[in-house]
Amino acid sequence: MKGMKKYYGQKILWYLLTLVCAVILNFALPRMMPGNPVSAIAARSLGGNESATTIQKVYDDYAEKFGVNKPMWEQFLIWAKNALRGDFGVSFSQYPRPVSDIIASAVWWTVALQLPAILIGWILGNLLGAVAAYLRGVFDKAILPLFLFISNIPAFGMAVVLLWVFGIQLKIAPTSGGYGFDMIPNMSWTFVKSVIAHYQLPFWSIVLITIGGQAIGMRSMSIYELNADYVKYSRFLGIRDSKIVGYVFHNAMLPQITGLALSLGTMIGGALVAEIIFSYPGLGTTILAATTGQDYPLLSACTLIITIMVLIANLVVELLYGVIDPRVKAAQQD
Amino acid sequence: MKNTLKQVFHSGKFIFGFVIFVFILLMCIFYPIFVAKDPLKMIGSGNFFPPGTYVSQQEVVDSNSIYKLNIDTSASRFQMALSVENRAAMQEWLIKYGGIAEEDIDVTDAEGLAKLWISNYSAEKNGKMTSAKRKAYKRLDEAVQKAMKDSPLYLAEEGEDGSLQQIKKIGGSDFVNTKTLGSTETFLLGTDNFGRDVLTELVAATKTSLRIGLIAGLIATAIGLLLGLLAGYMGGTPDNLIMFVTNLFTVIPSFIILILISYSVGDAARGAMTVAVIIGITAWPWTCRSVRSQVISLRNRDHVNLSKLSGHSMMRIIFSDILPYIMSYVVMAMILQISSGILAEAQLSIIGLGPSTSTTATLGLMMNWAMTYSAHLNGSWWAFFPVVLVIALISFSLNLMNTGLDQVFNPTLRD
Repeated sequence: MKGMKKYYGQKILWYLLTLVCAVILNFALPRMMPGNPVSAIAARSLGGNESATTIQKVYDDYAEKFGVNKPMWEQFLIWAKNALRGDFGVSFSQYPRPVSDIIASAVWWTVALQLPAILIGWILGNLLGAVAAYLRGVFDKAILPLFLFISNIPAFGMAVVLLWVFGIQLKIAPTSGGYGFDMIPNMSWTFVKSVIAHYQLPFWSIVLITIGGQAIGMRSMSIYELNADYVKYSRFLGIRDSKIVGYVFHNAMLPQITGLALSLGTMIGGALVAEIIFSYPGLGTTILAATTGQDYPLLSACTLIITIMVLIANLVVELLYGVIDPRVKAAQQD
Repeated sequence: MKNTLKQVFHSGKFIFGFVIFVFILLMCIFYPIFVAKDPLKMIGSGNFFPPGTYVSQQEVVDSNSIYKLNIDTSASRFQMALSVENRAAMQEWLIKYGGIAEEDIDVTDAEGLAKLWISNYSAEKNGKMTSAKRKAYKRLDEAVQKAMKDSPLYLAEEGEDGSLQQIKKIGGSDFVNTKTLGSTETFLLGTDNFGRDVLTELVAATKTSLRIGLIAGLIATAIGLLLGLLAGYMGGTPDNLIMFVTNLFTVIPSFIILILISYSVGDAARGAMTVAVIIGITAWPWTCRSVRSQVISLRNRDHVNLSKLSGHSMMRIIFSDILPYIMSYVVMAMILQISSGILAEAQLSIIGLGPSTSTTATLGLMMNWAMTYSAHLNGSWWAFFPVVLVIALISFSLNLMNTGLDQVFNPTLRD
């Protein structure tokens, strides 16, 4: 029990340290950009024809409001303190809307799209890999290679192809947005139906490209395990085949779980870009808006939220792994 | 070395991937030799012209060598005269007022539809409808009547007194040989939103993207290899330090770091090569991690210990006793780095953080332009589909090569 506590304690401590580094990077990097977005906003609100003193005054006013006239470290402390309370300042491009407001409306779309899509893609991929390794035949010779090719299509490419085929040519799916453009989000049945209809294409484009990569990993792990000594030994003992297969796939799954944790960041990156293709109202589209609007408070808040989500997902995977893998469990008991 | 290569080229997967990749590479090299056009020249004014051959209308009309061909041109005349909207309107009228069953109308058969229309349409049958609609049907009827009659076109010139003088009569069976026309232009893949030839642009973009991928892959592999070797061989504090940074950047998504760095560099400084370098310096962690674990498994082999006992320097041990053993692995890692570098550039460009240059095209930028001008929504498939296909083929061929190599060097994976 004591070992378990130490294991989890170390893990959580390590993740906290990573979080601090991530926060510093998210704060510092966007602010190193050349050019001054605050002066651009000040100029936009004035509209020319103003004397230099007025411009200076308006600029100072905005600088005060956004807090860019203080030294960097002081800005960071203020920003970190506010970020802890969920306050990321005011957006430059959608002034005077607060960043936290924009993020709050976008983050759930992304979570609700990507979490199920990646999980289901992972599960289907592992099933396909296991079946291809065990049954061989058409699964190994045709279906797996097909999904392998599909997994090489980038997420945005899959998105645009699906959009074109099902949205434009066949006209059976809506082409953009998270819900009908003529609707106001509410809890009515028509709205939910519209959301589900808009969900299909982005969801399947992520699922389809996830399957192949996971399947090939699972296939080689399963083949490796199927040839292991314990399988032969179990066969000699006369253990039922279905039971042996259960052992094999349990063991082959373990590296797949770590694999999921390692590739999570890449998958989310791809899926964020796929969101843009569908103008899905999630974080990907928000990042696009932030980069085009030179809106670094919004950008760093978006990237920070995504980093935190990936950190949490990784932590959950690692903690789960400790429960599933008997070797980790044994190590904890010592 | 020779033996290894022979083995590698026995792997079907490797050869298949290699052939695709070499084909793409050759295309990038030879296409510009035969088509010496500036890939970014805006030829068309207007966006998204569909693929096809474009001939100068004036030259066709002016052409003096006219060939009479006994070809029935009525089918294509109907095709051109009846737009999709017109056909839908005809179908609607025929069902509503003409009393024709829906299954008897085939809108894809323009000639049949026109004949059906001629035999059924009359203005008296129009029921209650707005006068605008009545007029629209009348215009439609006139268009169909005109297309039914094979009447020649007359070319006229305005005389000095303002009256029109016929100078040329063009009949339905008059043909022109396209070879006699001076100005023809073929766009195999149409034009993009700026009116540029997509195929020429695509070849140039593929070349730049491959270069970006190669540079990013080289940098990422070099950093990953160096740090992995140091961490794995030295152990202790350097190992802990390097592994801390590596773990940090494995957990923080590299795409996010990529966004942040690309943003902080600013638009002005972000050329294609800068983007390649940025991708390279954010992509090394997993190479470092796997090189390190390979080195650790080699570190205590007998031949390494023997070298140590012989008093060889660390550099020499690494280069002659460790590196040769992991070289195949490093090559495979680099192939994957190249493919993910190309992908990373494309993704960055789509969110607007790609190379901000107007002098070169990359696959990601082409995708970005097509998306900005909603090619995917207005059905201009030629502006984005070839780009997606090229990215998928590059990545597929590189991954196949990697799998093939993996099977050669890891016998347990062989079937």
